[in-house]
Amino acid sequence: MLSQKTKDTLLGPLNANNPVVVQILGICSALAVTVQLKPALVMGIAVTIIVAMANVIVSLIRNTIPMRVRIIVQLVVVAALVTLVSEVLKAFAYDVAMQLSVYLGLIITNCILMGRLEAFAMTNKPWDSFLDGLGNGLGYAIILVIVAVVRELLGSGQLLGFQIIPQSFYNAGYENNGMMLMPAMALILVGCVIWVHRSINDKEGK
Amino acid sequence: MKLNTNSNVYTFVYMTIVVIIVAVLLAFVNQTLKQRQDDNKQLDMQKQILGALKVDFAGQDPAKVYEGIIAVGDTLKFGEKQVFVAHLNDSTVKYVLPLAGKGLWGGIGGYLALDEDKNTIYGVNFNHESETPGLGAKIVEYEFREKFEGKQICKDNVVVSVAVLKKGKTCEAGEDYQVDAISGATITSEGVSKMLNEELTKNYKEFLNVKPIEEKEAQDVESED
Repeated sequence: MLSQKTKDTLLGPLNANNPVVVQILGICSALAVTVQLKPALVMGIAVTIIVAMANVIVSLIRNTIPMRVRIIVQLVVVAALVTLVSEVLKAFAYDVAMQLSVYLGLIITNCILMGRLEAFAMTNKPWDSFLDGLGNGLGYAIILVIVAVVRELLGSGQLLGFQIIPQSFYNAGYENNGMMLMPAMALILVGCVIWVHRSINDKEGK
Repeated sequence: MKLNTNSNVYTFVYMTIVVIIVAVLLAFVNQTLKQRQDDNKQLDMQKQILGALKVDFAGQDPAKVYEGIIAVGDTLKFGEKQVFVAHLNDSTVKYVLPLAGKGLWGGIGGYLALDEDKNTIYGVNFNHESETPGLGAKIVEYEFREKFEGKQICKDNVVVSVAVLKKGKTCEAGEDYQVDAISGATITSEGVSKMLNEELTKNYKEFLNVKPIEEKEAQDVESED
């Protein structure tokens, strides 16, 4: 259905060219919002929407952008979109907006967005750019979800706020791992994901 | 003729147009959604006050429940601060004091519900802008808030507030005036402690020191002697 190139554009960032574990972009927000699964999910969705839309817009106007101020133009587009999403969330999903608080605004500084705009949208057609944005956003979201699941499960014994680890475990002496709640642990987990990812991909490559 | 997209004039004009378009767009969106956002804020505040009063509004319209408990305009004003007067269904009167302070990453706030004696804490609700999820953000959970219930804020007619202290520490005023902090969230806990202390001993001093009428008259007579 899709040509090989479009497939690569969309699915490449999910695995072989993942923005977080291969390009090591967007790490700081990955540390900040992954203590619990719910904010990680919403953040992943928000970034996916914004990077896809920003890619399309920049791709549409790519031939008119003065080269010397292209970064500023990209930043304006991203900032406008982020503000827009944040306003809409405040009006229609107030709880979610409150939960994401500052991290929503910090999407502006997420390197994945600027990276994709500069590396892809500036030189490709809108539809390809849209797929590229979608792929990269989802690639980012996957890593957030993996890290958040481990951290919430081991750190608070819950997933999405529901108790997963039964009370009988606690009675038997099991304790939640407080380390998991610290940002440092997110970095270590991202490191582990990169390790696993590399060792699998290396084997396939050889 | 092909435009020279690298000339200074083009760059200036281009940026000006882009910025104007974005500004107009954002201003328009802001204006259209403002009403909804304000309604959400209002509703959120009402829900928090109901939470502090431990009123269960599950399955009901929180705004209606709120109006039934706190009549419009039923507030006492003290300078910039206002105190909500709540009439609960069991015909007791509670005072709700809005609080504001600082946590680790940003602002924290809350609502403190006091019994009619203006001394015993009936319930409390906290909110925060950006405390760490799983640590400082736990101040919003009932597990933490519950500890405040039944604590007192005045000792010998002096407002001492409630201290949030690490487990094992005790404050001067005694056990009725302290609660355990959240482990791992020292600064947020201190922020809550400081917020309560500042608001109660400074901003709400006037409200908390208003004594029942007879006592006040007796004091007036004394001072004339």
